[in-house]
Amino acid sequence: MGRYVLSRCRQVVPVLFGVTLITFLLIHVGLGDPVRAMMGQRSDPEIAARIRTEYGLDKPLWNQYTLYMGKLLVGDLGYSYRQRRPVSRVLAERLPATVRLAFAAMVVALLVGGIAGTIAAVRHNTLWDLLIMTLSLLGISTPVFWLGMMLILLFGVWLGWFPISGYGDGGFTHLVLPALTLGALQAGYIARMTRSALLEVLRQEYVQTARAKGLRERVVILKHALRNAILPVLTLAGIGLAELLAGAPLTEMVFAWPGLGRLLVSALGNRDIPVVLGATLLFALIYLGANFLVDLAYAAIDPRVELTKR
Amino acid sequence: MRAVDGVTLSVRPGEMLGLVGESGCGKTVTALSILRLVPDPPGRIVGGTISFEGRDLVRLPEEEIRKIRGCAISMIFQEPMTSLNPVFTVGEQVAEGIRQHQKVSRREAWDQAVEVLKRVKISDPARRAREYPHQLSGGMRQRVMIAIALALRPKLLIADEPTTALDVTIQAQILELLLGLQEEMKMAVMLITHDLGVIAETADRVVVMYAGRVVEEASVKELFDNPLHPYTQGLMESLPRLETGKARRRLRAIPGLVPNLLELPTGCKFAPRCPKVVEQCWPTEPELREIRPGHSARCILAG
Amino acid sequence: MTAWRQWHLGILLGSVLLAFFGLIGLLAPLLAPHDPYQIPEGLQAFSLLSPRPDYWLGTDLLGRDLLSRILYGARVSLLVGVLVELVVTPVGATIGLFAGYFGGRMDAILMRITDAVMAFPALVLAIALTAVLERPGLLSVIIVLTAVRWTTVARLVRGQVLSLREAEHIAATVVLGAGRGRIIFRHLLPNCLAPILVAMTFGVASNILSEAGLGFLGLGVQPPTVSWGSLLAEGAVYLTVKPWLCIFPGLAITCTVLGFHVLGDGLRDILDPRLRS
Repeated sequence: MGRYVLSRCRQVVPVLFGVTLITFLLIHVGLGDPVRAMMGQRSDPEIAARIRTEYGLDKPLWNQYTLYMGKLLVGDLGYSYRQRRPVSRVLAERLPATVRLAFAAMVVALLVGGIAGTIAAVRHNTLWDLLIMTLSLLGISTPVFWLGMMLILLFGVWLGWFPISGYGDGGFTHLVLPALTLGALQAGYIARMTRSALLEVLRQEYVQTARAKGLRERVVILKHALRNAILPVLTLAGIGLAELLAGAPLTEMVFAWPGLGRLLVSALGNRDIPVVLGATLLFALIYLGANFLVDLAYAAIDPRVELTKR
Repeated sequence: MRAVDGVTLSVRPGEMLGLVGESGCGKTVTALSILRLVPDPPGRIVGGTISFEGRDLVRLPEEEIRKIRGCAISMIFQEPMTSLNPVFTVGEQVAEGIRQHQKVSRREAWDQAVEVLKRVKISDPARRAREYPHQLSGGMRQRVMIAIALALRPKLLIADEPTTALDVTIQAQILELLLGLQEEMKMAVMLITHDLGVIAETADRVVVMYAGRVVEEASVKELFDNPLHPYTQGLMESLPRLETGKARRRLRAIPGLVPNLLELPTGCKFAPRCPKVVEQCWPTEPELREIRPGHSARCILAG
Repeated sequence: MTAWRQWHLGILLGSVLLAFFGLIGLLAPLLAPHDPYQIPEGLQAFSLLSPRPDYWLGTDLLGRDLLSRILYGARVSLLVGVLVELVVTPVGATIGLFAGYFGGRMDAILMRITDAVMAFPALVLAIALTAVLERPGLLSVIIVLTAVRWTTVARLVRGQVLSLREAEHIAATVVLGAGRGRIIFRHLLPNCLAPILVAMTFGVASNILSEAGLGFLGLGVQPPTVSWGSLLAEGAVYLTVKPWLCIFPGLAITCTVLGFHVLGDGLRDILDPRLRS
């Protein structure tokens, strides 16, 4: 177990390295001159030069990169140009909101998708099946942010059930619509996957063995079949989480949710390079961490998977 | 499509009935329908009676038949590799059936499960019980399947090709185990197989099936000494035998293919492959007639 | 029997939906009741009209007919969706083929790169890339989406090749002394075509959604060109007061994407007999 965690961490390093390198190059080449963006209209070359030296922007690019990586190794993400405070503090402020949103969305996706997919498989070729499959098809065909807008219209503006934007005091009501929005797409995928995996499993002989033991149909499905069908669903959920995180900026924009995604979009607009780099890295880390959790769950459920080998 | 039509079988307590036929002839469907395990859809039991201790299983409510499954009547399936659930330990899978039918604690069920595993001659059962199916060999898994089936001392055991998927040496061990346990528990066993050799070694009485119908029924000795139906004769000739004295005989296969159940002839279903076929075989299907005491066949040429 | 009817229905439904939106895009100049770009004179009288007989879906802030703009938007959205997939598929397939066929170090390196790109939130990479390309526009959208989307096909083809490499009929051709090129192009590639075709159908759907997302963040095509994504970006401001500006472009996206999904499901059903239920 400990060895497995260690080997996984070793795998993560090159990926993170690649992510940093790509972002660093793209941003420094692409975002244009951050100093000019910072100073706006007044362009005093003397002040500009001073800022450049202060942030190390006068050095060659490779030098800037090695400096950045050196600091990164000791956990220093640099200073935000715009907010003039450590990037780590800026990120730490925004991280909980995004994790809360992503977590709630994933719970929505797994619960709604899992239950719907199970019903569709058990009631195979009935009206329920058709209804659930149609809904999940709609779920995966709707642009995330547009779904958000429609939910705002329906539940926020017309019905007035939920607040339509912001974080509020961190309560549940503000979370409902963003979580539904972000979770809907994955719920659709998970419902489809659960259904097809369960249909496949129900054809297996061990399901017949379970029935021949005299178990109730409910036990046969919920214990024997679902436990096996959940494995491919978990794999999908791991990939889905990446998509979910990718959708986070859009959802956060629609709902004015104070998370990492919105921070990233605004930092790009402001040419706040250290923040962009930090946020991107953090997204990649969340993704890798979540996939690690999925693998652990996989091993916990399927005794055939051994963590030490891989 | 009628996979199985007009099959009448009976098994007495303590008896081992062999059910023989080529794959696809309806043996498994017959077995599954006893416990009403035929998947519906696509399958359905449209008629008939299955009488067990005076009760008709076909008309029993679902809740009642469930109480019989795995308790009074048990089943063993062909593929030990796929018949056990890969994500539960074998002990759990044995104990589960016990807990389903008896009011015992988790702990007691587990102890009983270990006891049953010991009875099917699994070495170190306490340790094996905590292992998962993928950690066991094929023969071992089939022993576990037998343990699941026999945990509650059923009155009837239906064994569907229990040895087909196993190595020859393991086959003999499993058959021996089954015979021993039958003796010990005095239960009725219905052994389904395509292998007449297995029948010869184990069964008391034999039913031969072809295309969803019973074509011949007799005691083992009678059937092997005096096969009446050309299909049974064909099966015997395709069986290798150790014969001393007499000249070596050629092994012969039955010509033709297992019939497609959708395109059966109106008359005798075996007619297209029968070496002795005559004009009268084609128009109507012969009845199953008792040719001698305790020996019946579905062939106009018999007797 | 029922399975046959299901895929038939799926392919039919998907094709009809897609043909409808495809025709809309192609024939936009003929179908559009108004000029989608021209700001009418006497703007005040035309700004933000509700749906009415001469403006079926209403007008935007600058008095332009929303229906006409959606018709023209279909061109960009579909073009981006299809074009990106046409670029991405050969690129991804080649990478997947190399990784799967040669294995070893080549495989390890290519798959590490794939992992890195996938660990990247796609939209973040897209945003960063758009910034690199300085001025967002049709070309930048296509480049950006290509850069993030090749991984799907690459993984798919690699997996296929890995399983095929062990397949007996391929092994037989190796034994018979077929050259590498022949094995790849005559044996491996044709066997990957069916899953690739299905993946492409789903890929187009995904591209259209991504284009909409970029457009919504203002990183898509720039005015005066319109796409469904940019229409939604413009409409978002008026969501609570003039909701039709958001509802209709979104419906267009959803229906088109739905069409590709239904078609993809149908294709998978007929091309992969194992998955037929």
